[in-house]
Amino acid sequence: MIDVIKPGLLSLIQDLGRNGYYAIGMPPSGALDQYSHALANLLVGNQLGAATIEVTFIGPELLFHSDALIAVTGATIDTRIDGEAVAHSTTLAVKAGQTLTFGGLSAGARMYLAVRGGIASTPFLGSRSTYTTSKIGGLNGTPLAAGDWLPVGEDIATIVPPVVGASIPDEFLPILGPSAEVRVVEGLCNYRFAPDSLELFFSSDFTVSPESNRTGYRLIGAPLEFVERDPVYGAGDNPSNVVDLGYPIGSIQVPNGKEAICLLRDAVTGGGYATLGTIISSDLDALAQAKSPDVLRFARIGMEEAIAERRRSKAALAGAGDRLRRSA
Amino acid sequence: MGATTGAPVYVEFADGARASYGGDEFLFVELSESMSLPTALRIQAMAKALEPLDLPGIIDVCPSHVSYMIRYDPDVLEPGALVTALRGLHESFPAAAEVQLDTEIIEIPVLYDDPWTTEVLLRFRSRHQSPAETDIEYSARINGFDSVGEFIRQHSSKPFIVTFPCFVPGNAECVQLVPRDRQIETPKYLSPRTDTPARALGHGGAFSTVYPAAGAGGYQLIGRSAVPVVDMQQRLPGFERSIVIAAPSTIFKFTAIDLDEYYATRSAVESGAHHYRKAPVRFVLQSYLDDPDGYTDGLLKELP
Repeated sequence: MIDVIKPGLLSLIQDLGRNGYYAIGMPPSGALDQYSHALANLLVGNQLGAATIEVTFIGPELLFHSDALIAVTGATIDTRIDGEAVAHSTTLAVKAGQTLTFGGLSAGARMYLAVRGGIASTPFLGSRSTYTTSKIGGLNGTPLAAGDWLPVGEDIATIVPPVVGASIPDEFLPILGPSAEVRVVEGLCNYRFAPDSLELFFSSDFTVSPESNRTGYRLIGAPLEFVERDPVYGAGDNPSNVVDLGYPIGSIQVPNGKEAICLLRDAVTGGGYATLGTIISSDLDALAQAKSPDVLRFARIGMEEAIAERRRSKAALAGAGDRLRRSA
Repeated sequence: MGATTGAPVYVEFADGARASYGGDEFLFVELSESMSLPTALRIQAMAKALEPLDLPGIIDVCPSHVSYMIRYDPDVLEPGALVTALRGLHESFPAAAEVQLDTEIIEIPVLYDDPWTTEVLLRFRSRHQSPAETDIEYSARINGFDSVGEFIRQHSSKPFIVTFPCFVPGNAECVQLVPRDRQIETPKYLSPRTDTPARALGHGGAFSTVYPAAGAGGYQLIGRSAVPVVDMQQRLPGFERSIVIAAPSTIFKFTAIDLDEYYATRSAVESGAHHYRKAPVRFVLQSYLDDPDGYTDGLLKELP
């Protein structure tokens, strides 16, 4: 059991997500940075689907009532056990009665805390991921609150516990910084956008707006224009409107041509705005670590390269796992 | 498709549908740019036809009004193989007029022009096209009805068919089964409300929907359903199979009730004693197109 003394700004129980309900309007939720979530689980010998705690900007204060192995990955954040600074992306031992606290965040936006065994809240439709919009998952569909008790489970992958002090080699860690390149597969309603505007989109800088969260990132940048067409029955009056359609996770829309929005894992599953393309899944992990006023550049990527990039990301995770096993 | 970086990438199928990749996990297929009931129902029939193909790696098949989307695992199902399978489906699949859908008709009792949505919508007049009247007065007027009562009669007399469950669980956009020249059309709010009562009945564009839970919204608010459209815990009768009451092609009959009936239904729902009036039906598109009023009257007779 872990006692939540302070909840932090937004601490959510998340796992790989609740897949298979998109068609009834339920997005998958799950860790926004799936790669860092997986690294945290690797470090404590968990199954990759074990639930971790996703922390945004300000960390919680947690009192451990039994010995535990833990790891902190993702955003670089000052981490302390009973006041002693401890390493990031490293297997750590916490003793019963010790308190885990966090200080300043120096890079990235979201930190993942894994506990060996995983957080054992009651799954909802096969996942522990918190989806606050529908108040499901997590402990009771809400972010952690002071006074919550976190049960620890048995979602382990290795019977032998990992070695305390083992760490993820730098080459396998995500690069966190104030700017990022995000790759986009064009498609969807891309034909609705004026060609000049698409060129502008892929050649100019966008600043992450403070109004960015797990449903989507809003971006401040060049306004975009649409191809003119005769009114379309059922689409609405604005040139950015289309007959309501499905939104892929990672799709980019530009309501009224003014503000680009990248949809993330808690987004609505559909709506009435033209979408120009979709961010590849491995770059959604990087996007999850961006915060206002970080700067994003979008680059086009073809489908073959997108699949190759997906394989590279999976291979990196497997490589990190191999290195941890060999160092044990 | 997708071999070169740079060019927008679409593949056109034999029936004119346009397919494209939505990143590495989604495929998006658009059949029409404008709303069309026959297209919507053909998409629903195609989505059902995908099930027996049993393609490994498919996570979700999401039909919407005139497009559909598939979420899949490209580590299991090669993207090109999915496109090939869909190309075949689009080639071989019958024209919309031959579509038949096995679905159900469900009655949704509604207190139109109710006090709760009125209270909420009056707080958002500054975001509305016509601040001097309520949403239902505005919707009745711009659709040429002489009174709100006539609007309610039109909305509640003919059933609607669900063409896009989306946004959040339980929300199901549906279109009225009447010829296009008799469909009610309303714009959405100029700027969305930040509040809507749970179970509010809204109309935007040519679509109606019951808001599953309180929250933001942009449809014109015309009433409030006495019954829920979502039950996350699946405790209520009617939610044994799913947390939501509607799927694509579910037919809704909105029935006008008075305040006493509303309260009676609410207490039945809250005690778990409410059972939806519903019946399984087969919707035959060509029969509907041949005689819309006669066909929908027949559907309504199926309700117990």
